Amino acid sequence: MIRLVAEPFEPGAELTRFCAGRAETGAVASFVGIARGEAGQATALELEAYPGFTEAEIGRFVGEAVRRFGLQDAQVIHRHGPIAPGETIVLVMTAAAHRREAFEACDYLMDYLKSRAPFWKKEHGPDGARWVEPTARDLADISRWD
Amino acid sequence: MQVLLFGRLRDVAGWRERSFDPSATHISALKALIGADDAALAAALEAPGVRVSVDRMLVKGDAALHPKAEVAFLPPMSGG
Repeated sequence: MIRLVAEPFEPGAELTRFCAGRAETGAVASFVGIARGEAGQATALELEAYPGFTEAEIGRFVGEAVRRFGLQDAQVIHRHGPIAPGETIVLVMTAAAHRREAFEACDYLMDYLKSRAPFWKKEHGPDGARWVEPTARDLADISRWD
Repeated sequence: MQVLLFGRLRDVAGWRERSFDPSATHISALKALIGADDAALAAALEAPGVRVSVDRMLVKGDAALHPKAEVAFLPPMSGG
C-alpha cells in the first residue's frame, strides 16, 4: 500500500500494474508529483524519511481515505533521499467503483502528503541549503477536509 | 538506548544517530543527557513543534522509556 523508494521510478509502469485485473473497479485516479527546478533556484531536493515510522504514518492516512471514500484500493509510492528536478517525487493511485470517490480520495491524500506526512525537506540551491516547511497554501488545502 | 535526530535537529547536533546511557527512565532525563554538553541542541529539542517517538510511535508528554528504546526527535514535518 505504501512504498518508500530511494531510486527514480516509472509512474506509468506502476499505474499499469495498479490497473491490471480490475474488472469490478470502474475508476482509477492517479496523481504524479514532480520536483520543480524553480528556474535554477532549486538544484536538488532532499527528502528525509524515518523508515518504518514514515510508512506507518502515511499508512494510517491511506486507511482513513479508504474508509472515508469507500475505496477498493489505494497505493502511495514516495521518493526519499536526493531528488533532481524533473524526477517523480510521489505517485498516488486510488481505485473505486465510481470516479468521484477516486478523484476526491486522490486529492485528499495529496493534501495530506504535502502538509503532514513525516518527511523533512531540504532544498539545495545556488545560495546553499534551507529546510522547507509547509506553505500557507498547503495548510489551507488540508483544512478543506476537516 | 538509541537516539535519532531528523531535519534541522540533525544539522544543529552534527549527528543523526547515537547511543545513550540506558538508565534514562523518561524523555526528560534523556533530553538532559543529550543536551548536557550541547546547549544549542538542548534548546533545539525544546523548540515549538518538536515531537517525540518511542519505538516509532508518537508519544505525548514525559513518556516512560525502556533500556532498549529507539527514541526519535522530530521537528515539524514538512510533508513531501
